[in-house]
Amino acid sequence: MSVIPETSGSAYVGGHDSAPATQRQSLQRLLDSFLLIVVLVVIWQLVYWKSEVAITGPIETVKTAIELLGSETFWRHALASGRAFGLSLLMSSIGGVAVGLALGAHRFSGAVAAPILTALYTIPKVTLYPLVLLIFGLGISAKVAFGVMHGIIPVVIFTMDAVRNINPVLIKTARVLKLSPSETAYRILIPAVMPEIVTGLRVGFSLTLLGVIIGEMFASQQGLGFMIINGMNVHNVRSLTAVVLLLVFFAVVSGSVLLALERRLQR
Amino acid sequence: MNQVTLVRLCVIAGSVLAVEALCRFGVINRLTLLPPSEMAAYLVHLLVSGEINQAIVQTFSNVAIAFVLSVVFGFVLGAVIHAMPRLRRACDPFLASYYSVPIFVFYPLFVSLFGLNRWPLIMIGFLFAITAMVIATLNGLDRVPPVLVKFARVHRMSRSAEILRVVLPAAGPYLFTGVKLALAYSFIGVLAGEFILSGGGLGYAIAYAYDAFDNRTMYALMLFVLIVVTAINSALFIWEQRLLRRRGKV
Amino acid sequence: MSVSHAELREVSKVFPAAGGQGDVHALGPIDLNLAKGEVIAVVGPSGCGKTTLLEILAGLAVPSGGSISFEGRPVRGEVPDGIGVVFQEDASLPWLTVWDNISFGLRRAGIGAAEIKRRVDDVISFMGLEDFARAYPAQLSGGMRQRVCIARTLVLEPRLILLDEPFGALDQQTRLLMGDELLRLWRKTGATIFLITHAIDEAVMLADRVAVMSARPGCFIDLVKTEWGRDRDSRVVADGRFGALTGRVWTRLREESLKSVGRSINRVPAAALS
Repeated sequence: MSVIPETSGSAYVGGHDSAPATQRQSLQRLLDSFLLIVVLVVIWQLVYWKSEVAITGPIETVKTAIELLGSETFWRHALASGRAFGLSLLMSSIGGVAVGLALGAHRFSGAVAAPILTALYTIPKVTLYPLVLLIFGLGISAKVAFGVMHGIIPVVIFTMDAVRNINPVLIKTARVLKLSPSETAYRILIPAVMPEIVTGLRVGFSLTLLGVIIGEMFASQQGLGFMIINGMNVHNVRSLTAVVLLLVFFAVVSGSVLLALERRLQR
Repeated sequence: MNQVTLVRLCVIAGSVLAVEALCRFGVINRLTLLPPSEMAAYLVHLLVSGEINQAIVQTFSNVAIAFVLSVVFGFVLGAVIHAMPRLRRACDPFLASYYSVPIFVFYPLFVSLFGLNRWPLIMIGFLFAITAMVIATLNGLDRVPPVLVKFARVHRMSRSAEILRVVLPAAGPYLFTGVKLALAYSFIGVLAGEFILSGGGLGYAIAYAYDAFDNRTMYALMLFVLIVVTAINSALFIWEQRLLRRRGKV
Repeated sequence: MSVSHAELREVSKVFPAAGGQGDVHALGPIDLNLAKGEVIAVVGPSGCGKTTLLEILAGLAVPSGGSISFEGRPVRGEVPDGIGVVFQEDASLPWLTVWDNISFGLRRAGIGAAEIKRRVDDVISFMGLEDFARAYPAQLSGGMRQRVCIARTLVLEPRLILLDEPFGALDQQTRLLMGDELLRLWRKTGATIFLITHAIDEAVMLADRVAVMSARPGCFIDLVKTEWGRDRDSRVVADGRFGALTGRVWTRLREESLKSVGRSINRVPAAALS
């Protein structure tokens, strides 16, 4: 059993999901998502009426967000975050998959590492941020390191579990078919572990983004995290709420895309 | 003790000793990192002197409240979502990307909603932890074998007896994973909230020590947090392994 | 045939349209009288609605048409007192020991501790589970786990026992021995037994009557009387009539099985199926 429970396509085994969706069903799904968003917006509006000093309402926020998208300051910060995030994601993904494959293939190392990885996943890494700052200084490298610290562990854990749980009969099949090692890897092993790895990458994506944004919220002068914390400090509620909205939008859209990719691979 | 555990302990002890040696021989600058032995010694001093007692009590009580709330509400919410497949499908993208939203940004909102007291921080821990519990509940309920539900009907169980005696125990291992993660995330949420935003608790004490260049206090507190969280998680992990072994799942 | 213990009258089941398909007529109409104390086995091609039939008789599913009665009272959507069900899948509760699994139903019924202990210990020794009473199901083999499920049903002293391919997951030798166990407990309890199976030899060996079902929608196309004695056991496979009976059942079933296989495979070489 994986240490990280995740929403995934396998959750629907036995449901109606196995059949290809008819047009009516996809229409219904679209409608359901729309209704959920409407409910969330209504809650937002209610919260806004309850505490107008702390956030702006939905309509005003969307307007501000559109304004922000046209402003140079926003793009400067977004670009700073984007660069840090892109680098962290690249390092978490490649590093995580590589380490995960190695630990998965070498059973003994995997058994030694598994509880340590779980422990690393669950410690509050934010308390270690000062250490990261002392090692890497105040620039982009500290943010990247912090993002990687958050993102790499779930990728390692999911990849390792995927390799450890490969059905042994697949490997025997490869031997019976006399596949070369590279063919075995390319035609059997990678397709077998791919869905799990994509789940790991999706979780890694989320946590890397979280790590980078937290990093920017503390001791930084650049990035969306800085815009948020600055918005809090100087009480710029309009820009604060709009940045958060854009961030949530980005996260949910990317999450949905990765989730859809994952579901397709699990078919 | 088996070989794997032994090697694991050696790896951990070796890493600590290596850091110790690097610090002692000056490879790592004292301004960057203190030798672990000094951290531990100063931590003992802090604990004995009672200076950090108040911060400890504050942080841990907040974590406890956030944890209990997230487990209870996470389970209920998970059960509700599980009962409505259409709602569930609509929620999926949000559940899948939930952790990239830094919940801390809602701190000012919570302050304005709940006042400047412990509740805004508890809410951050709570919101951070609840998703893990919701997802674990969904997973657990998905995996209750249909034959056990039929078994409950053959025994003419009421709905509540069925849930209490069949569904919950069958989903148990998954719910336990959720409880474990809810605790971890409650810690992460509360400590990060204190670290970035609030004026009290262990997280704040670490940030304050960092700003004041007080590395001894900072590292002693970090060590304390890591030891406590790891100890609690390991205890839960061992307990979980025992439960799973009984079910032949290890 | 003596007193009628349970009756099915024109029972049918239609699953409503789903996922772009039309209604699925799964079962029936089926008429059947279960005589008190007999063993009846139902065989049929896969997908013919055998399990649906069992679930309707148990009260786990509601028929689309027709009626069911057990001991003179109608059955509809609820499992009546006196009916026990053993499922094909492992239904032991993994979080309870064997002893606690078996006593589960009795404890819920609010029976005194001394009485529970007597009855559970009785059943445990009858099923040969003495050495495993304190074990958890995960520590047992598949055959032993199915024994636990049978014991758990027996301890409630049901008058009608429904079994849905109870030995389906077991190897052939274990199946035959479990069949002997079933006959032994049938003789001891005098219960009526309704057994669903896909194994023709198992059906012929265990049953007083074998009902043969057609491909979907499943209906009875033959009812074969075996006329074994009450003291029969797995050794009847060596009896000369055994071959004739299994032959008759298979002849009836072969055509139906071909129909249900033909749904997914268009051209099957005859050699592959005979």
